[in-house]
Amino acid sequence: MPLIKIRDLHFSRGDRVIFEGVNIDIHRGKITAIMGPSGTGKTTLLRLIGGQLHPDKGTIEVDGQNVHQLSHSGLYALRKRMGMLFQSGALLTDLTVFENVAFPLREHTDLPESMIRDLVLMKLQAVGLRCARDLMPNELSGGMARRVALARAVTLDPMMIMYDEPFTGQDPISMGTLVNLIHRMNDAMGLTSIVVSHDVDEATEIADYVYLLSGGKVVSEGSPVDLKRSSSQWVKQFMQGLPDGPVPFHYPGVDFKEDMLNPEVSP
Amino acid sequence: MIGIIRSLGRWGLSTFERLGRGHLFLVQILAGIPGLFLRFSLVIQQLFSVGVLSVLIIAVSGLFVGMVLSLQGYYVLVDFGAEESLGVMVSLSLVRELGPVVSALLFAGRAGSALTAEVGLMKSTEQLSGMEMMAVDPMRRVIAPRFLAGFISMPLLAAMFSAVGIIGAFLVGHGLLGVDDGAFWSQMQAKTDWYDDILNGVIKSIVFGFVVTWIALYEGYDALPTSEGVGRATTRTVVHSAFAILGLDFVLTALMFGEG
Ligand SMILES: Nc1ncnc2c1ncn2[C@@H]1O[C@H](COP(=O)(O)OP(=O)(O)OP(=O)(O)O)[C@@H](O)[C@H]1O
Ligand SMILES: [Mg+2]
Repeated sequence: MPLIKIRDLHFSRGDRVIFEGVNIDIHRGKITAIMGPSGTGKTTLLRLIGGQLHPDKGTIEVDGQNVHQLSHSGLYALRKRMGMLFQSGALLTDLTVFENVAFPLREHTDLPESMIRDLVLMKLQAVGLRCARDLMPNELSGGMARRVALARAVTLDPMMIMYDEPFTGQDPISMGTLVNLIHRMNDAMGLTSIVVSHDVDEATEIADYVYLLSGGKVVSEGSPVDLKRSSSQWVKQFMQGLPDGPVPFHYPGVDFKEDMLNPEVSP
Repeated sequence: MIGIIRSLGRWGLSTFERLGRGHLFLVQILAGIPGLFLRFSLVIQQLFSVGVLSVLIIAVSGLFVGMVLSLQGYYVLVDFGAEESLGVMVSLSLVRELGPVVSALLFAGRAGSALTAEVGLMKSTEQLSGMEMMAVDPMRRVIAPRFLAGFISMPLLAAMFSAVGIIGAFLVGHGLLGVDDGAFWSQMQAKTDWYDDILNGVIKSIVFGFVVTWIALYEGYDALPTSEGVGRATTRTVVHSAFAILGLDFVLTALMFGEG
């Protein structure tokens, strides 16, 4: 049985439809990549899984529990077993790097200080920032902040982690390290990972299975090898980053030419 | 015409919706308060930033308000040969009205705006959602301690405002204008009633503290997650708090001192 089972998911923001009928299975112990053009709703999907947003229709089950029918305490208990790496990092700006990583431990456990220190330093060592532990979040670069957030997402040793764009803003070295780290954590700790990414190369390198989202639907799914060999125009364009093809680069709306010629239509 | 009615209707609906959400928000805060007694250190941190950091502005303003009251009062009273009553006049004005009201207005400007901006920025930088995903309820971890701290600080700050004000009034009245110090203090003690004056003043400041902190936190929590949204929410906190304080002051005064 998959760890996460999404069935017939519908979601819209105001008039804008984000998902219409998405089905996704995330299997235990595997790394699943979710890819798609910017603005298709990848972050939204993670928030739906985490129970921060409610679907208009359809269900999301995590470990056999319907996320959106859980009570407040049930949902919070479930979230303790989910890690999430935010696209922005979402570090607590009034705490140091060390305290940020220690935060979930302090909130959810009664561990003695020495053990908290050991655990935090281990996690920080893994992301290469052990010696940056006394910095404040505003003293970190974007890439460093994301690595701290990654360390924080795994401090409670969750059963699954959702990574929202873990690779953006990383230099080639830390990128390689991160890819490695995500892989190692997945295998060593038996985690289930969902990686949201635009980086076709990195994502296909670590993923066991890939979903391609666009226009509110799953356009294609399969192992990275399958997708690379796919004959679909859409998949080809996305995987190779070609400017021309069926994937629209523009946010949907009036035609460009019409927009330029009729200034009174829309300001 | 239809347009005006429509926008009026929309404004009315959104106002009532906000009011409703504000009350739900309050219920959630109150639900989070019992848990705080196990982790009182969270409240103590907030008592520092909400309360202690407001002490300076409250004390300085109190001092000057007391001094001015004393000057103005003296010139009126001296015409009737009643300058000995300066102490009573000052203490009653401060304890009943100016202490709670002015310190609440200052509190809204100093601490309320800071609370709104802080919570609004935490929201716009996804710190609140981040906490939710770490299974930490921001209502309990962030909002409730700040609420309790504001609620506790306000009456203490108002008391401090009145006390410093009375000292200022005494310095001006006795030191500058030469009012007899014995008369100043003894009349004040004789005429300021524990229940009618002091307790009522304290009740006012408790109500103001509750309302101002609630408005400030709600505005921050409900702010649009952008710089402009947070800026506007901060302004709204100060404006709405001022209206709420002055309006409630009238109602409370009518209730408390009306029948006396
Ligand atoms: N708070 C919001 N209110 C209204 N619309 C929103 C909001 N957040 C996102 N959207 C819309 O939802 C759509 C999906 O957003 P989302 O952030 O999930 O995209 P994404 O796939 O993560 O994109 P990216 O790869 O650029 O991060 C976007 O078109 C965006 O305009
Ligand atoms: Mg995103």
